[in-house]
Amino acid sequence: MVSRAEKKAVKKAKRANESRARKWTRRSFIGAGAVAGIGVGGALMVGIAIRPGDRTDELAKFVTEGQEQLITTWVKIAPDNTVTAIIPHGEMGQGVHTALSAMLAEEMEADWDAMDIMEAPAEKDFANFELGREFLTGGANIPSPLFDTVNGLMLTAAKSMDLQITGGSTSVRFTGVAAMLTAGAAARELLLEAAAQQWDVPLGELRAEKSYIYHGDKKAPFAEFAEVAATLKPNLQPKLKKRSDYKLLGQSLPRVDIPAKVDGTAMFGIDAQVEGIKYGTVMAAPVHGQKIAKLDSKDAKAMPGVIGVYNMSDYVAVVAEGYWQAKQALDMVEVEWTVSGTENVNEESIFAQYAQSLDGGKKKVLHKAGNVTKGLKSAASVYEAEYRVPYLAHACMEPMNATAWVRDGKCDLWTGTQNPLGTRMVTAETLGMDPENVTVHTAFMGGGFGRRATPDYTNQAVMVAKKAGVPVKLIWSREESTQQDHYRPSVLGRFKAGLDEDGMPISWESDFVHKMDPPEASAVFYDIPNVRAQYADSPTHIRLGPWRSVDHTQHGYFTESFIDELAVNAGIDGYEYRRKLLKNKPRHLKVLDTAAKMAEWGKALPAGQAQGISICESFMTIVAEVVTIDMSQGEPRVLHVACAADAGLAVNPDGFEAQMESGIIYGLTAALYGEISIEDGAVEQSNFHDYQPMRMNDAPEIDVKIISSDAPIGGAGEPGTPPIAPAVANAVFKATGKRIRQLPLSKHEFGAAT
Amino acid sequence: MVQLTVNGKAQKIDIDPETPVLWVVREQLGLVGTKFGCGASLCGACTVHIDGEPVRSCVTPLSEAEGKDVTTIEGIAAPDGTLHAVQEAWIKHQVPQCGYCQSGQIMSAVALLKENANPSDEDIDSAMSGNVCRCGMYTRIKAAIKTAAKGA
Ligand code: FES
Ligand code: FES
Repeated sequence: MVSRAEKKAVKKAKRANESRARKWTRRSFIGAGAVAGIGVGGALMVGIAIRPGDRTDELAKFVTEGQEQLITTWVKIAPDNTVTAIIPHGEMGQGVHTALSAMLAEEMEADWDAMDIMEAPAEKDFANFELGREFLTGGANIPSPLFDTVNGLMLTAAKSMDLQITGGSTSVRFTGVAAMLTAGAAARELLLEAAAQQWDVPLGELRAEKSYIYHGDKKAPFAEFAEVAATLKPNLQPKLKKRSDYKLLGQSLPRVDIPAKVDGTAMFGIDAQVEGIKYGTVMAAPVHGQKIAKLDSKDAKAMPGVIGVYNMSDYVAVVAEGYWQAKQALDMVEVEWTVSGTENVNEESIFAQYAQSLDGGKKKVLHKAGNVTKGLKSAASVYEAEYRVPYLAHACMEPMNATAWVRDGKCDLWTGTQNPLGTRMVTAETLGMDPENVTVHTAFMGGGFGRRATPDYTNQAVMVAKKAGVPVKLIWSREESTQQDHYRPSVLGRFKAGLDEDGMPISWESDFVHKMDPPEASAVFYDIPNVRAQYADSPTHIRLGPWRSVDHTQHGYFTESFIDELAVNAGIDGYEYRRKLLKNKPRHLKVLDTAAKMAEWGKALPAGQAQGISICESFMTIVAEVVTIDMSQGEPRVLHVACAADAGLAVNPDGFEAQMESGIIYGLTAALYGEISIEDGAVEQSNFHDYQPMRMNDAPEIDVKIISSDAPIGGAGEPGTPPIAPAVANAVFKATGKRIRQLPLSKHEFGAAT
Repeated sequence: MVQLTVNGKAQKIDIDPETPVLWVVREQLGLVGTKFGCGASLCGACTVHIDGEPVRSCVTPLSEAEGKDVTTIEGIAAPDGTLHAVQEAWIKHQVPQCGYCQSGQIMSAVALLKENANPSDEDIDSAMSGNVCRCGMYTRIKAAIKTAAKGA
């Protein structure tokens, strides 16, 4: 029974928490550099004490001794006993600040309700080395005894690669697991040890709870021991809790960033406030690679409020008193662009090039098992299919923007970025400055999805601000954001399977163009003895970049469509066919079964309706989705999505569900309407009328079921996306008999289904 | 000089009256809770109320707001700071992800509930389909509107 007083206290704590969240949003804007020292505002930073020295110099030792626990995140304790988690990832709505601070609090036994959060500054020590490690090891599974060693190695690698990236669903599964839990546990042990000294009692008689240390009836706040704790030598391998002992993790915690997002006080990059600010906007060459040949800015310069019109070589910039004035003036600018030689490129020529690359080009093998040539020889039959997906833009809700002020040999940059450290390095390079003189003030991101990992827009802001000599908030129009993206590649994939007498695959070959990350995206987890996945490079002048779930978007669609085709070919139900191939994969099987059960797979449906199923594994999370669609109007309408997911442990279950819902809608938008097409070398789409997002009236109901397992913690932000396109395409086949081998679905005509 | 009231406060704005209300509230008045998404009435991120009616401020010239009452996201909580029922419901359902579209979503939802205290699913769809959420929080938005309707 909770008493009234307790309820009141909880309420108060919640309110305090809300105001802290608000405080935080502002703080991250004020001074990222402020946390990089000891004793800011009287606060004691335990994190400094538990960091094992300068890691760069100690690399060799890490590698040879292999016993280092790198604590890459900082935790500090203020005299008022507020524990602050310093989070090395940007918040783009994935709830990472909440999840990571909860992970720290869990192991530290800190009072989560009274915890403060701040985003880490763009300093090298906060580099996201885990992401780097994955790049360098090709995503291979690292045996656990080597884990620490590889961490050490990768930290240095990541540092040199300037990685501090929020992407690849890495925040919780890597930073959280490898850094936050460990940092929390180490901090707790230090505090307990300090208390044992100060109170002169045996360590074993002490316990920590909600930011207090207890000895029998005696208790004192963490803050009392922080100073001594900071002088102690940290245990490099602190004892971590068992999952079954978690109190916070696995609970749905209200997200700390949400209160500020309902009253308009959340600060996004576009909301930066700087004294004397002016506003800029740009138009880059419509054909990527062209440059300005001739610029007539007479009329633009004469417009009211215009401060300057600048020839920036591959783009035109206007700076004015306000964004709208800048935009009006930009529309008056007349530009002739140079000829880059790619002005004839279009959809057809691009896919013809891909086909050529696959026909004759050199291919690199990514995955290999058994021998596909032998497998094919012994096959009773062969089945082949070819699939295509288009370029996709990210269409973040917040158009690209950054505010820069370049003066006195220094640069301040305010922006929402998935890559603050990389942005800082690139800015320094662009300006010919020492990175020490560049400060990046990070803000909330109005969507990232991979787009905000590429610092081209910040670079423009910096260059334009330097030219204009005033602080400039540079904002891309929606059109610019659509046409100057770094796109999910368009891809051609060819699949060939050798089948036994029962139609089950004994060999699997996939050939495709483009490979980004992660490499396992094109691997198949089905039990098939002979596998080969290989790719050919086939670059075009269209810029590519990571897009939510990266290579998994195309490969999820390819693999799960092809498997469905094989099932149809074998005359076996798609769900049952997958089950046969997952006999030895209990986690996958459970996820698949759960989704099927949720949707009552195989139940009788009204005329025109059909179900489709798919299962993908990405970023260590397995997700199966069953969609129910209605084709009675002649085009697919998605009514319902049943989603089952095993991420090992969902740190914040409600947040995890929200991520699944989000990933599904994002993927559905792409599956149904998403296409960036190229004509005369340029992107054809421009705004939400021709690059349509899914809207509420078309959005399905979504049910999510989380399955817990003892597997390592997997990602949340991306794994919901890959299975949705194939699930819909498979449902469309069931309803219409038409196999969709090219996305988006809106390209296809369907008669009314029966 | 254009005169209008913004969140209950009289304002005189000296700017080209063709300037969209969006940029006036953001840049002249520093009310940055109202967001720029598309600039073409396609996404709803910029939704504000003019005399209680939801409008897309990115395509509404200041001249159209002359002498009128403009309410932005900063102005819908009670003067004592008590959140609007819609805002409360948004927190309860943990609606925002990136949060960028949410000012516009909330302004549309508040306007809907003022018109129609007990909206059906179809009513909600038709009132809210002009508001894009790239984070795809539609099921939560819908649930939150229903909660707010019950509480109102
Ligand atoms: S910014 Fe006004 S509707 Fe999109
Ligand atoms: S919450 Fe991100 S666009 Fe809606």
